[in-house]
Amino acid sequence: MTRQIRLLGLGLMVCFGILFVQLNRLTVFEASALNDNPNNTREILRDFSQPRGSVTTADGVIIAESVPSDDQFELQRRFPQGPLFAPITGYYSFTLGSAGVEKTYNDELAGRTIDLSLQDLGDLFVDKDRVGELTLSVRADLQRIASEQLGDREGSVVALDPRSGEILAMVSFPTYDPNVLASHNTNEAAEAQRLLDESPEKPRLVRAYQDRFFPGSTFKVVTATAGLLSGTVTADDPSYPVSTGYTAPGTDRPIRNFDGDSCGGKLFDIMRVSCNSAFSQMGVDAGPEAMIAAAHAFGFNDEVPIDLTDPARSIFPTDFERDLPALAQSSIGQNDVSATPLQMAMVAAAVANGGKIMKPHVLQEVRDSDGNLVDSYDEGVWTEAMDPGTAALLRTAMEGVVARGTATRLQVPGFVVGGKTGTAQLGSDPPRSHAWIIGFAGPPDEDPTIAVAVMVEGQPEVSNQTGGRVAAPIAQAVLKAYLENPSPTP
Amino acid sequence: MLGAVRRNTELGLIVLGTLVTVGAYLLASLAEDARIPVNIGPVLAVVLGLQLAAHLAIRRLAPDADGTLVAIAGLLNGLGYVFIVRIDEAKVEPQGLAGLQSAWAAVGIGAFIATLVLIRRVRDLERYRWTIGFIGIGLLLLPLVPGVGRTINGAKIWVGIGPISFQPGEFAKILLAIFFASYLVEKRELLAVSSFRIGPIALPDPKHLGPVLLAWGVSLVVMVSEKDLGSSLLFFALFVALLWVSTERASYLVVGVVLFAGGAAFAHSQFDHVQERVAIWTDPWSGNRPKDEGFQIVESSFAFSAGGVTGTGINLGSPTRIPYAETDFIFAAIGEELGLLGATGVLIAFVLMIGAGLRIALRTTVPFERLLATGLTVLLGVQSFIIIAGVIRVLPLTGVTLPFVSYGGSSLIANYVLIALLLRISDDTAHREAGPA
Repeated sequence: MTRQIRLLGLGLMVCFGILFVQLNRLTVFEASALNDNPNNTREILRDFSQPRGSVTTADGVIIAESVPSDDQFELQRRFPQGPLFAPITGYYSFTLGSAGVEKTYNDELAGRTIDLSLQDLGDLFVDKDRVGELTLSVRADLQRIASEQLGDREGSVVALDPRSGEILAMVSFPTYDPNVLASHNTNEAAEAQRLLDESPEKPRLVRAYQDRFFPGSTFKVVTATAGLLSGTVTADDPSYPVSTGYTAPGTDRPIRNFDGDSCGGKLFDIMRVSCNSAFSQMGVDAGPEAMIAAAHAFGFNDEVPIDLTDPARSIFPTDFERDLPALAQSSIGQNDVSATPLQMAMVAAAVANGGKIMKPHVLQEVRDSDGNLVDSYDEGVWTEAMDPGTAALLRTAMEGVVARGTATRLQVPGFVVGGKTGTAQLGSDPPRSHAWIIGFAGPPDEDPTIAVAVMVEGQPEVSNQTGGRVAAPIAQAVLKAYLENPSPTP
Repeated sequence: MLGAVRRNTELGLIVLGTLVTVGAYLLASLAEDARIPVNIGPVLAVVLGLQLAAHLAIRRLAPDADGTLVAIAGLLNGLGYVFIVRIDEAKVEPQGLAGLQSAWAAVGIGAFIATLVLIRRVRDLERYRWTIGFIGIGLLLLPLVPGVGRTINGAKIWVGIGPISFQPGEFAKILLAIFFASYLVEKRELLAVSSFRIGPIALPDPKHLGPVLLAWGVSLVVMVSEKDLGSSLLFFALFVALLWVSTERASYLVVGVVLFAGGAAFAHSQFDHVQERVAIWTDPWSGNRPKDEGFQIVESSFAFSAGGVTGTGINLGSPTRIPYAETDFIFAAIGEELGLLGATGVLIAFVLMIGAGLRIALRTTVPFERLLATGLTVLLGVQSFIIIAGVIRVLPLTGVTLPFVSYGGSSLIANYVLIALLLRISDDTAHREAGPA
């Protein structure tokens, strides 16, 4: 019997040896494949049931927080301001993943950054949540005003501080309610997602920075920069011929002014009336290289370093070679030029900030649950669009547009405001256009403290006045609210 | 002399094991709320106290017995307890398993001591083999009796009396091991003689094989009707192993494997739940399976991969995602939170117990004791193998408990009785070796 018992022991050893081999496969050799398996919701579920910091606006309004729930997740993410702040908070969904601040600052919110962990070592035996609390630069009062002003028209409002790149308000309509997507009832959340994705208006797409549009005449600021930097334009020279249109070399189809108007003159004059014929000639005179370089210096064709998810690149064509008519079109923001509202706000910000465009961002600082500062946003220059002298000149030109030009509706009494309107033509039968305004403002004798871009989509008209009439009042309300109360009290 | 060394070794191992258990408990609490639990004193007292009670009983009742089995059982029991508490408290509705499991451990140690008290010589059991055999089969059949049997989670292996449910099969397996050991000791020479051949395989006179085949057949039929595949496999392994060891004839192994293959094929063709288990085993990833019937096994794999080499740390993983993590799938919880290292530690603990059991079997010169020790060790080894193999997808999943680790009173008590019998054999052997006192 002893031989059989020994063999039996050997057999059982072999069995346990097999277990050991398979254990190694699961925990080591196939571990990363198993961790990445699409069926593996462990990580997201772990995040879902862990404490997560809140997100607060600069003026102290909570826009995302975790509250206790009585299901397996233990915590439920809530967005108390709902659709209003969806363009910034994004969503935090079990079925859909996350977006916006919830995604870019996931590690901070979950307390997984090195700063938060190190802070935590000392608290080894203290019962404390290790989450980061986020304070954003966005202001709830401005966000609300911008949203009310835009109403239920499709479009975007972006306001930022040109000196720092801090985003002060960012509205996009239509929007969505992130609370529905955050529902732990997966069927409910999946149904909400289906409805959002099937909607032709694409509410989940944040138009303010994830979609791009013809910028129309607001792009003339870029064209003017190209003209000034290339040396073909100064404040006094040339004086563009007064004309109803401009015909570029290589075509016999002229670019016409709105309503057959005649316009022309020096830089400040053509800026004030937004003269298509003059600016298309300016672009052609400056040449493709100068135009492409200027657009690129403003950030076109580059990834925007914003701390939000999936920003769209703004596009300026680079294949003009011999196609000067296309260059003429592009010089007035038509043809294949397209820009996000955020990009156009940064065009205004560049003029306001001595030519420098700061990295746009929504985060101000991260604090731990005791209120100690853990991290703050590291501000920096993204791109230099022009030298300070050129910026000063354009600033004066844009202030003229507000004082005596197409953007008079942007005026805020007691403050210095500059701007540029735009009407991006989509078609003439029926007439449709995007109404634009970009601008900046500040106290007298000081550098501008706010830059803004407003775009209202698909207006049923095409005229020189559309941008100034439709978009400017929205921007003006935001500028006014900010200038009268520049530092919010939480 | 030998007894003193063994007992001191045992005491040392018990203290070490207690340190591991209490350390694990402490870590679980620290991970929960970074606070040393207020009940750490009582927990320490209970863990150490129960094992010391067993230790003192052995000193008195079986002083020369093997010194490792109780300590390893105590360690596995303690580790299992920490995980049961941790899993239960993470549930939306904790069921108070901590208190229940410590009560079961106390009853288990009580049964362990009672076994040592009541059975002073294992050889005495031989005299009652028919009674024991009938009680064993009776216990197996009990869940099928209307009014008494209960079906829990699809398996009809429970018996309920008032509020208490237990699995009689856990006790039946020990009784049947005793019956088979004693029966085979008597008949092994007859069974070893071949009276006719089927091809190359020599078989004994069927009339000697009859009772074995009958008991085996009954238990298999019962298991199939109770839908308890794991126990079915366990009994099968027990019978074949004991037949082979007692007769020393490899042909029984061959016949056993053939019979098993035939039985498995038959079960697969006849029973939907068997087909499903096999399908989940061969491919848990196809179609909607990972979210449906294969959820448990898929989540178990994810638990191990999440744990990696060192594990997430106790109370820092999410083993509650796996249904029945506190019973059948407790090994996955250990794998997730203690990693490859901790899970390997558990494997080693079982290997050491198997080694100790077979050493006891080899050491005794009494054939009945040798067969019984072998049978009991096979029960322990094969049961731990088939549940771990099911959890890590080496075999199709068959729901049995992981001895000493899983939550469950019947299993814990039965396994403590099992090692009490092994220790009794070990003690008897040591006495004989030392000569008459």
